[in-house]
Amino acid sequence: MTVIEHDNLLFHGPDWDFGTIQRIHDAVEAIGVGELGLDVYPNQIEVITAEQMLDAYASIGMPLFYKHWSFGKRFALHESSYRQGLMGLAYEIVINSNPCISYIMEENTATMQTLVIAHAAFGHNHFFKNNYLFKEWTDADGILDYLEFAKGYITRCEERYGHAAVERVLDAAHALMSHGVHRYPRKKRPDLRSEERRERERQLHLEQTFNDLWRTVPTKGAAAKPQLSEERRRALLELPQENLLYFLEKSAPRLQLWQREILRIVRQISQYFYPQRQTKVMNEGCATYCHYRIMTRLHERGQISDGAFLEFLQSHTNVTRQPEFDDPHYGGINPYALGFGMMQDIERICTKPTEEDREWFPDIADSGDAMAVLRDVWANYRDESFISQFLSPHLIRKWRMFHLVDDPDRPELMIEAIHDERGYRRLRRSLSRHYDVGWSDPDIQVIDVDLAGDRRLILHHHVLNRTLLHKDDAQRVLQMVANLWGYAVVLKEVEPATGAIFQEHVAHPHETLF
Amino acid sequence: MYIIDRRLNPGGKSLANRQRFLRRAKAQIQRAVRQTAGDRDITDLERGGEVSIPADGVREPSFRRSGEGGVHDHILPGNKRFVEGDAIDRPPGGSGGAAGGDSGEGEDDFRFVLTRDEFLDLFLDDLELPDLAKRRVATVETQGLRRAGYTVTGSPVNLALLRSMRNALSRRIAMRRPKSEDLLRLQEEIDRLEEQEGPSERLTALQLELEQLQLRTKRFPYIDPIDLRYRRFEPVAKPVAQAVMFCLMDVSGSMTEHMKDLAKRFYMLLYIFLTRRYKHVEIVFIRHTHEAKEVDEETFFNSPETGGTVVSSALREMQRIVEERYSPDAWNIYAAQASDGDNSPNDGATSATLLRDVILPVCQYYAYLEVGSDSDRMQTGFINHKTSLWQTYETLQVEGANLAMRKVNHRREIYPVFRELFRRRDAEAGARVP
Repeated sequence: MTVIEHDNLLFHGPDWDFGTIQRIHDAVEAIGVGELGLDVYPNQIEVITAEQMLDAYASIGMPLFYKHWSFGKRFALHESSYRQGLMGLAYEIVINSNPCISYIMEENTATMQTLVIAHAAFGHNHFFKNNYLFKEWTDADGILDYLEFAKGYITRCEERYGHAAVERVLDAAHALMSHGVHRYPRKKRPDLRSEERRERERQLHLEQTFNDLWRTVPTKGAAAKPQLSEERRRALLELPQENLLYFLEKSAPRLQLWQREILRIVRQISQYFYPQRQTKVMNEGCATYCHYRIMTRLHERGQISDGAFLEFLQSHTNVTRQPEFDDPHYGGINPYALGFGMMQDIERICTKPTEEDREWFPDIADSGDAMAVLRDVWANYRDESFISQFLSPHLIRKWRMFHLVDDPDRPELMIEAIHDERGYRRLRRSLSRHYDVGWSDPDIQVIDVDLAGDRRLILHHHVLNRTLLHKDDAQRVLQMVANLWGYAVVLKEVEPATGAIFQEHVAHPHETLF
Repeated sequence: MYIIDRRLNPGGKSLANRQRFLRRAKAQIQRAVRQTAGDRDITDLERGGEVSIPADGVREPSFRRSGEGGVHDHILPGNKRFVEGDAIDRPPGGSGGAAGGDSGEGEDDFRFVLTRDEFLDLFLDDLELPDLAKRRVATVETQGLRRAGYTVTGSPVNLALLRSMRNALSRRIAMRRPKSEDLLRLQEEIDRLEEQEGPSERLTALQLELEQLQLRTKRFPYIDPIDLRYRRFEPVAKPVAQAVMFCLMDVSGSMTEHMKDLAKRFYMLLYIFLTRRYKHVEIVFIRHTHEAKEVDEETFFNSPETGGTVVSSALREMQRIVEERYSPDAWNIYAAQASDGDNSPNDGATSATLLRDVILPVCQYYAYLEVGSDSDRMQTGFINHKTSLWQTYETLQVEGANLAMRKVNHRREIYPVFRELFRRRDAEAGARVP
């Protein structure tokens, strides 16, 4: 009897080899796909060392990336804190690509590898493949090819125009990265694979149609251009525009082609990461919930030993720990804890609802099939909508949440809501807003520019809650915008309701830079 | 599913990023390196290490809300006693409320680790060896090999396959060596004729032709020894700049451990510097009391000696060694002398003459480092206290010899003095080159 039980175990002790990884993957797949009904991209699991993990950290986790000093800075930072033992490394990094690449560290024990495979190669993978935001905004098939192209393109630019010139464009583009996304779908889906071809064709066309004679053709002189109405002018430039990088790429009058292309590259990458920023709680919640279910099931089936299961529980509880607000370790709400808590709560509502749940969640209470509900949730929500829909009174009470408001006009901090009947909905609404990137990122838009006149670019920051921009940073970024734009730029911080202007920043371009 | 083992992939993927980062923050890092170097041991210097630079220079700005002003709200877990409508006093200090730490990276210094090479590069970056003009002349030749066309003889490893085959091809064409497909076609034709018709006139003619062609094939082989070409290598003399460094030190009783320590630091610094400028550096240690001796490093720094002080003995020893082993035509000669400044009264003139007429003309650079004790640092400003050796050398310097002299009392003065001695003198260097 014992012999059979032994044979059933996937591994003994902490050591593992590639055979073990394969067995683990197959067992996890049997549960993940077979029992939980996950739908995943094919997996590609790559074993790496700690140093390579640090490398990957530096380039936002991507296996290949263009070169920039800020990545070197990040690497130096991580390296020194890792060497001093201030920071542990993540157990894994997973990339939203097809096949889905998961990096696992060679130092991990066999249990940890099982956890990592369940978490990343199935949990995250399912989320990447099925969530509507990722489907809409990212191109898992093309991302690696595109990064390859981006890297090559920027290297060629460096060779041709010099490191300093490329660095200046990249610096500026990085500063605007969070304002370089389209928040609403456009007509055409970005097809990353055709990007390279498009760029090559454009270049080729320019070279083929180049004719020096055109330069010598006398112009008609200043032909009186028809005065465009202000409305028409804005419409032509697609104003107002909140995607600053897009606007600069398309409309900045003095940029070279290659500079536009670099802006485009940074914009595409920013867009690729946009869904990740909006789904942190759900993504981690999904992965954590999956690994928890899968590990528990493996243990029930006798495929991992009691010892391994305890080891797993130890790191699982570490990850999903939520310190209370007065704890010295408190650093905001832990997305793993919140996500996992909510997923488990949904499972509870589906299987063992209370009267309250039936009242709050009539659609899913008593549905019985928690996985079907969760799969639907993972596919169709983002953090903001997920929380505003599914944060239950039960969980609010369990976490003992409260809403604190800091209004500088009042001498004291106010408690606006706590976990009681009056507070549930208000708490839920406020929390969900915290996860709305449209709300948490400052809302900055290109409002107007007179291309025929002084070409002064006018940006507005729609101030929310009377919180202005960080002044020093805003001035620096604005300087970069001015350099890209080539003419003066003004940024007004405006109260959207009244139109009152709180503050104005102005920057003039350095003529020498571009 | 695929499992890929990436552990053997070459590391250092972000090396290029790192170089860009160092270049970006070069000025600040350099300043930091200088500062750290001051309070470090030389062995530490060799190791590289942590530096910290102001975070401002490598800031990545973005449009973000400032933490001050405006209404902030927080959802916090772990309520214990609050009820709705409670007012809480603001926590002292932060105006941002309970979750004030979300302003991204701190504004304090940015700390990171430099490798040894990076550290030394930055540390020695703007230093230059004085009088490098001679370096171009004073070279030693080593033999190296260089590709030089093709040859008809050679060893099989150097066979130039492409060139040989090309030769063979042109020879075969020139000699009209029958092609194998022609032979094959002929043979087939003959076979067919034999089968179908039996002997005929045409058959014999074809057979004859085939025979001739085969003969020709044999006579002109596919590849022939005369086709072969070998890559030829030519020995060339490669100039290698090399340097010898003479360390002269007074080890008489008056030199305390502290002084020796100062001297040692200086020598090590000089050594590190020279090894980065020259491929090949040799060091000669000469210590002297009233007589001089060439010793190894261990003895030089450690074993005690007693006796009087006669500086010229060391100079003579150096002269002997230079004549014997280091011809000034082939070597860049540097000398650094450390002493507490004592010299026997009747030796001053001898030393001066020796130095002026023999030593300085063969040297690229002669540095004299006067080491004092920690305590007499105070006096230097007020009392014009000059040691006998200092006075001797001063007269030489006035005459315009390439002699540098500095006085050092404390460990932390070593680096500034060193930097001063080897500061890049652009204007002078420019004048000297033509």
